[in-house]
Amino acid sequence: MSAVEAVPNPVVSWLRLFGSECRLVISRRRNIAGLGVLAAVPILIAVAVKIWGVGGGGPSFVDAITGNGLFVALAALAVELPLFLPLAVSWISGDAIAGEANLGTLRYLLTVPVGRTRLLTVKYASLIFFSLAATVLVALVGALIGSILFGTGPMILLSGDTIGFGATVVRLALVCCYLAAGFAALAAIGLFVSTLTEQPIGATVATVLINVGMFVLDTITQLDWLHPYLLTHWWMSFGDLLRSPIYTGDISRGLLTALAYAIIFWLAAWARFSSKDVTS
Amino acid sequence: MTGPAVQTRGLTKRFRHQLAVDDVDLEVPTGAVYGFLGPNGSGKTTTIRMLLGLIRPTAGVPTVLGEPIPERISHALPRVGSLVEGPAFHPYLSGRKNLQRLDAADPYASRRSAARRIDAALERVGLMPAADKTYRAYSLGMRQRLAIAAALLQPRDLLVLDEPTNGLDPQGTREVRHLVADLADDGATILISSHLLSEVEQICSHVGVMHAGKLLAQGTIEELRAQTAPTVRLETTDPAAAIKIMKELGLGRPHSERSGDHHLVVAALGKVETAKIVPALVADGVPVLGFAVATQSLEDVFVGLTGEGFDVSG
Repeated sequence: MSAVEAVPNPVVSWLRLFGSECRLVISRRRNIAGLGVLAAVPILIAVAVKIWGVGGGGPSFVDAITGNGLFVALAALAVELPLFLPLAVSWISGDAIAGEANLGTLRYLLTVPVGRTRLLTVKYASLIFFSLAATVLVALVGALIGSILFGTGPMILLSGDTIGFGATVVRLALVCCYLAAGFAALAAIGLFVSTLTEQPIGATVATVLINVGMFVLDTITQLDWLHPYLLTHWWMSFGDLLRSPIYTGDISRGLLTALAYAIIFWLAAWARFSSKDVTS
Repeated sequence: MTGPAVQTRGLTKRFRHQLAVDDVDLEVPTGAVYGFLGPNGSGKTTTIRMLLGLIRPTAGVPTVLGEPIPERISHALPRVGSLVEGPAFHPYLSGRKNLQRLDAADPYASRRSAARRIDAALERVGLMPAADKTYRAYSLGMRQRLAIAAALLQPRDLLVLDEPTNGLDPQGTREVRHLVADLADDGATILISSHLLSEVEQICSHVGVMHAGKLLAQGTIEELRAQTAPTVRLETTDPAAAIKIMKELGLGRPHSERSGDHHLVVAALGKVETAKIVPALVADGVPVLGFAVATQSLEDVFVGLTGEGFDVSG
């Protein structure tokens, strides 16, 4: 008779699956292409400003680029916030379960066996990783191309103060973390929708529509009471991290809302996925 | 381990409009090579999916390797390798990378021995030359082999194979047959779902037949053949006399058909001793032109149980 190899260490085996999942997301060619598009935006902004100068009245932070190249990162994040980054996150999260079901690999994953809860935690962790990676990628490319083309000087904050290079990098990192938290909450919505269907494209589109729907609701003044409960309402507040002292009011509301959305939708995904008959 | 490798009591699955599996009492003895037969739509795959915890039964609890599913699924499935409804892998990864992914998902697989085990599995199914090609470029036979390799990444006590020789060339089919025999010799229990009755007849020790959600027959191959009675076939020119003698001997339902220039008399053997028949006929002067006792092939048994029709079960 046979004996299985080793008494399993749950942490080690979770990390091993997590590593495999992240590698899968990052190494897939079409995902690399998508990340390339995300990275192209800051390059485009930097080159455009370098060639044609600042026009005034453009997207936020673009005016400040000539003074400090690191503003390219912020400008790129502001530009990509409404569509590019949520689209990327919706794409990857919609693919999480529906993509595996579509390929048929879901049944082989479950019979390894990978418990359904374990699969959902690993998938969501990889989605958090991706949200952070995509945001940092945009910021990093922006900061690099900005430093190369415009050099870095002291940064003038929105509150009027001036801070040095090191502190600027820290603020930039905080902005990335804050935005990534918002995207991770969106990814939880995507993960839930992904458990409802076997068509990854359908899950992606539905998640994007939910995201756009939230943006739209946010503009309707009659629904003022609803606005604080919308995930996307707090995304643009990342500017508060660029004040001295950092204005934490909206930031903490934003993080709390993101956390609430993440928990609710992950639990919804878990409830749906745990009892689902896998016929794919 | 004692007890059957797979056991279900009253396993039932009702989808919204259909009773796919109806009160099935499956029993796969440990160490057996069990052929799971049935027409398309008979509920075989649904039963297999319930055994693997993919589908939740409406009633009944399947037990795999002594553990109830799905309560103790994480204890049972590490020792089970499966191939269900065809191979499925990530098309943009190579064969080896696909196996690495499945190995990384296995809590009982140690990373240190992963490369060695993956190579061994690829070697065993003959896929080493193509291990680093993308899965998209694989032929159906290669995909099937990769699926079998995935089932062999760890030593298994039970293998559940759904049409394992589908798409394989004769060489590959023979390899799979030898593989199954080797694994059975190592002590594994094998559950094969197949349409190829001749194959099942060659390699299986036990058989179960499903039809329209019900398990019609189950047991060793000999038991199944014995259930459907062998027949006596006599070629003679005097059918009336032959029928009279056969009735006296106790053969069941003798009847005759014209066959060329003589008659063919067919009767069920029942409990009559074969050796007594011809002497009895000759003693009465019945001309015996040809005599045979025919046991039904598995195909006859199968068709007899499930009906001649071409339609799927449902």
